[in-house]
Amino acid sequence: MKVLPYMEISFILEKLILIIIVFAVTMFFALYSTLAERKVAGFIQDRYGPNRAGIFGILQPLADGAKLFSKEEFMPDTPNKVLFTIGPAMAMIVSLLGSAVIPWANKFVIAGVEYIPQVADINIALLYVVAVMSTAIYGIVIGAWASNNKYSLMGGIRAGAQMVSYEVAMGLSLIALVMMTGTFSLREITEQQAGFGWNAFYQPLTLFIFLICSFAECNRTPFDLAECESELVNGHHTEFSSMKMGFYMFSEYVSMFFSSALISILFFGGYNYPGMEWVADNWGGNIANTLAVLTLLGKISFFIFFYMWVRWTIPRFRYDQLMRLGWKMLFPLALFNILLVGVLILIFK
Amino acid sequence: MAIENISLSGRKTAVSNKEMTFWERLYFIAIIKGMMITIKHFFSRKVTVQYPEQKREYSPVYRGQHVLMRDEEGRERCTACGLCALACPAEAITMKAAERTKEEMNLYREEKYAAIYEINMLRCIFCGLCEEACPKDAIYLTKSQKHVKPDVTRQSFIYGKDKLVISVEDGKSGKYAGLKPIQNKELN
Repeated sequence: MKVLPYMEISFILEKLILIIIVFAVTMFFALYSTLAERKVAGFIQDRYGPNRAGIFGILQPLADGAKLFSKEEFMPDTPNKVLFTIGPAMAMIVSLLGSAVIPWANKFVIAGVEYIPQVADINIALLYVVAVMSTAIYGIVIGAWASNNKYSLMGGIRAGAQMVSYEVAMGLSLIALVMMTGTFSLREITEQQAGFGWNAFYQPLTLFIFLICSFAECNRTPFDLAECESELVNGHHTEFSSMKMGFYMFSEYVSMFFSSALISILFFGGYNYPGMEWVADNWGGNIANTLAVLTLLGKISFFIFFYMWVRWTIPRFRYDQLMRLGWKMLFPLALFNILLVGVLILIFK
Repeated sequence: MAIENISLSGRKTAVSNKEMTFWERLYFIAIIKGMMITIKHFFSRKVTVQYPEQKREYSPVYRGQHVLMRDEEGRERCTACGLCALACPAEAITMKAAERTKEEMNLYREEKYAAIYEINMLRCIFCGLCEEACPKDAIYLTKSQKHVKPDVTRQSFIYGKDKLVISVEDGKSGKYAGLKPIQNKELN
């Protein structure tokens, strides 16, 4: 048996703990997003939203979870029982995968040892993100297909077509960003935006395109045609019950969390906050880093709120409108954006 | 005047199919406007009534469960004349009259009283005609401000005098507004 050297064991252990923490934070955010969604919906409609379970409804997600777990697990008469189970699991796994590359802060130094609060600092993080995001569709399509239900299938087809269409514009908008930053690493992109040099100020058009596409990628209103209640009952998760349904619902919130993180990192400075160096000099690097983590979480929270704000404002697009927006507007706009950024880089660099 | 031009509400507008301008077709401005409206509502005052803790007042003409009144001395006002039963369009009221004895002078206001008085709450349509018909101010459904509680058996919806007649104390204190007790010191 080959004995692992000490350094490698400690490295694996460190990463394992980090993975658990990131996983827990992601799940916590997803859990409380369900409450926040209902609260925001309520407040926007001049109501209070759920406020009976605990103060301000703080225990509502636990109650919902207990309810989902205790529900009857119903399996429709389908020849694809295995796929039917894989569908929700896949949706969940894929939306959790993305958070591996999020840089949470600079290096923490504890007892002379450096800890990087990022599960994997890979130099092609942005490519990884795009790849992971485009596989999110498989969970939906597999589940929809295995449901043996026409509504589900229709929802799955819609989701597939929509994601493929918006993937194009999203990738192209990211190309414009990468042309300016010159790197695929999310950590380097974050570090380039130190202070207030947010990419959002340099590339508002890219932000605009990316924002719209990420709404479509998360299957959120106004692009939630996959689970459009008014025509397709509930789209791809019509036939799912109990925790399988919960997984689909949850994976939506997890991917919302992840794309909020991505927007904050790519365009709004990630964990940077004004005065970070001053704090690091006067109060110590670890405190500055803790504040950095909180800053990133704050930015993520804001964008999750933004998702909800949009959801409770805008009605759903019609399917042909969705396709027209994706192919005839965003796609040319993204191409034009690349040209524009290229010209600007030529002039200013 | 042609019929197409008449607008009784004064709010009639012609439908127009005009082409949208470039900015309108972008929807972008409309979306921002919409989001400003929703965020305004986000911070506005909430209209929800937090029910069990916070109850809304009933309207003064709210017709709830009937009550049979007592006068300021605590005597039942009903004389079992049957006018309420006659007025009732739903045939919900039944009663049986009896004659008052000497010992019951403090219980009933007049010589004749209702020995049995029953209202079937399932038949009752809460129209309030019994209240209008009553010549003795004995039956009211606008004053109880109470709901008829739900139940599972039909029999339990036939309310007898035990549920309908107000308590002696309530009669004396004039709890059910409108019938103010006449302060008579000689009585006490």
